[in-house]
Amino acid sequence: MQVKRIALYLARRGIVLFLTVVAAVYVTILIANMGGYVDEIIKSEVLFRVSTSVYQNPAYRGLNETALKKLVTELYENEIKRLGFDQPFFIRSFNYLADALTLNLGRALFLSSDSGSRNVRIILMERLPNTVLLFTTTQLILFFIGLFGGLYLSRKYGSRTDKIVSLLAPFSALPGWFYGLFLIIIFASVLRILPYGGMVDIPPPTDRFEYALSVLRHMILPIMSWLIAYSFFNIYTRRTFFLIFSKEDFVEVAKAKGLPEDLVRRRYILRPTLPPIVTDLSLTLIASWTGAVITETVFNWPGVGRLFYEAAALFDTPVIVGLVVIYAYLLAITVFVLELVYAILDPRIRIGVS
Amino acid sequence: MMSSIIAEGLKSVASYKSALIGAAIILMLVGISIYTVAAIPYDEAVRLWRAGEQTWIEAPRNAYPTWYSYILQKRLPETIIKDSSKPELGVNKVIVPAGETIKVLRIEMSFAFDYDDIPSEINIFYTVRYNKSAPQITMTWIKPDGTEIELRKFNPGSDGAYYLSVDASLASREVERLVNKFGQRPSYELTPTVSLFAVEDRSILERDTVTVMKGVYRLSVEGLLLDPQSDFDLKLVVYGKVYGWAGTDHLRRDIGIALLWGTPIALTFGLIASVSIALIQMAIGAVSAWFGGVVDNFIQRVTEVFIVLPFLPTLIMVSTLYKIDIWTILLVVIILLSFGPGVKNYRAVFLQLKESQYIEAAKAFGAGAPRIILLHLVPRVIPTMIPAIVYSVADFVFLEAALAILGIGDPRTPTWGKVIEDSFYGGALFKGLYYWTLQPAFLLLITSLSFALVGLTLDKIFNPRLREV
Repeated sequence: MQVKRIALYLARRGIVLFLTVVAAVYVTILIANMGGYVDEIIKSEVLFRVSTSVYQNPAYRGLNETALKKLVTELYENEIKRLGFDQPFFIRSFNYLADALTLNLGRALFLSSDSGSRNVRIILMERLPNTVLLFTTTQLILFFIGLFGGLYLSRKYGSRTDKIVSLLAPFSALPGWFYGLFLIIIFASVLRILPYGGMVDIPPPTDRFEYALSVLRHMILPIMSWLIAYSFFNIYTRRTFFLIFSKEDFVEVAKAKGLPEDLVRRRYILRPTLPPIVTDLSLTLIASWTGAVITETVFNWPGVGRLFYEAAALFDTPVIVGLVVIYAYLLAITVFVLELVYAILDPRIRIGVS
Repeated sequence: MMSSIIAEGLKSVASYKSALIGAAIILMLVGISIYTVAAIPYDEAVRLWRAGEQTWIEAPRNAYPTWYSYILQKRLPETIIKDSSKPELGVNKVIVPAGETIKVLRIEMSFAFDYDDIPSEINIFYTVRYNKSAPQITMTWIKPDGTEIELRKFNPGSDGAYYLSVDASLASREVERLVNKFGQRPSYELTPTVSLFAVEDRSILERDTVTVMKGVYRLSVEGLLLDPQSDFDLKLVVYGKVYGWAGTDHLRRDIGIALLWGTPIALTFGLIASVSIALIQMAIGAVSAWFGGVVDNFIQRVTEVFIVLPFLPTLIMVSTLYKIDIWTILLVVIILLSFGPGVKNYRAVFLQLKESQYIEAAKAFGAGAPRIILLHLVPRVIPTMIPAIVYSVADFVFLEAALAILGIGDPRTPTWGKVIEDSFYGGALFKGLYYWTLQPAFLLLITSLSFALVGLTLDKIFNPRLREV
């Protein structure tokens, strides 16, 4: 009975989430298509496919250049008709949607991967590890600094450290890339001890260990800029969050019962606050996947964020749509997994009280 | 009741020092904005900013702000302009007949140079008038110690400019002259600007030891005017290394214009975005909570769609694809964020309020939905919104700057972000032209910091739960 209820609930949430992704992708396609760019993607792709198949087909080898060209044009026009370009956009937009949703991401118009491929999926997969390396690391560090710093300060509430952190919190109003500018000036321009940007020295070291070391050196400034920007605010909000929670009645009761402080903190403060914290962490990590467009631009980091920027600047719509689709899917999957976990853990859903 | 809450709030704001500082800075920025809008009309600012080199030809390239002189403890040269068509002290122009049609022209320009550094560039712009044969012109440079250097001998066929600093033939003649004098070539690539202004001893041979010669410099021009109607005038521009209170960029433009105009634009952009987004989100949240059922469900689903759309990438996409100006960008930002995560927060707050007794009472009196939402629900929520609104102004100020830095903001409008982008593009950080990046960055910093300070203080005041802890 219980399992059935949970399954039903999850199925309903799953459908809703999927529809959300569909709608978001459709909105993206609508935005990108108003300039007529999605049409161009399809047309260029068809032309490429037709001409390669004609030029590589041994059966046509005997034909001269003009005959080949004529053949290509003929086949191309047939193919365009077959794909339904004579249909109104309203119908076509659903074809694009289906392609995007089945992760049939197609080929980029202008961008190519370092290995020279135009395949959107390959381009994306090449950039993804760079972004994960930098921003997922940064977000994890920030998360733990916030969590432990917040716990620590909520115990030391009112101390001098607490006051200093509260005082520094407003500095998080400035984004990470902004601190990045200053760090570049200090450490790259003036002191000349760290690189201006990029991911690895040029030319890249051949030795694997030196390569890793060079990447690490390039990671210092971007990570530092984010830590400076967001640490204090993270600690401050977590501290306030814990403090508000530690004023709850059940915590007071536990304290009144004379339970050891450590136990109170673990079982009565940390445990009930865990779900929102976990939600927070998982959503930040997913968001970190899209990189940070501006930080990556300032530090010239070859990640997904910069890819998006380059794609937008070059009107490379397949890449843009591909990025949005993958991000939307990942976000939806994460939310779904969280719902699954809570469905199992949360008694209200387990028992069926709305 | 609401007004008393706000009045009390304002009173307690005054008791926080940081908030006072923040408020003072905001007031100052508002003052600057009012001054700017009054002093430089928007169209004029755009024109000056888009004008290109012709408008700014007499301003030095990449010049420091004037106050740099005080920091470096040395007098950096300012731009010196002498025009032979505008007689003044130190500018002499004489034309003496020498025969029936031929006249001799003599222009003498002198100026005192008392700065501690060599100028950045020297240009001579000339105008010429004649019927058949162009005048013959010889220009000579005389340093304070009497060294005479012949710059150029030519027949100007039409109005033009002599870019002295990049005259390769003059540069090689100067190197030759120094070799004859000291028996050694300079160890670096000597430019005419340096050799015309440096002390004439062995120090000129090394880049690090070159020193500027102080004193009165003279430009002497002799010419033969071959027609009766013939005339020749020139304007000498010795470009300095400082300009205005904010310096110039790679296109010789006065950065001050962009810094001034960036202020009203940043404030307007930030305020309009944060206020309207908060109000719209609240309205949507209120409707969602009040009506519930299908309406609530629909609004929640739409909100989730907008949360799935990555905000900045979508904004980048819209603004590059449609090439929109800054106010349309603002509109797109508002649309994209109107259904943001904030809707969910407001909805939760309204759901709680909806059950409270005074709302029950209002319902019992037969009040309609619009009346209850507008007169009873919204006023209760506004005080808790204000801190977030003030705080988020900073986010939007930076958003505008970020878009400009990515090169997808409005290219026409001079803004702080635009200056930072230009400075990146112009390699300011590599060349050590820090003022170029740092001045707009500093303005961004104090703007957002002051809003954040006020916002956080308001948060403590309006949310008593935070005040306790």
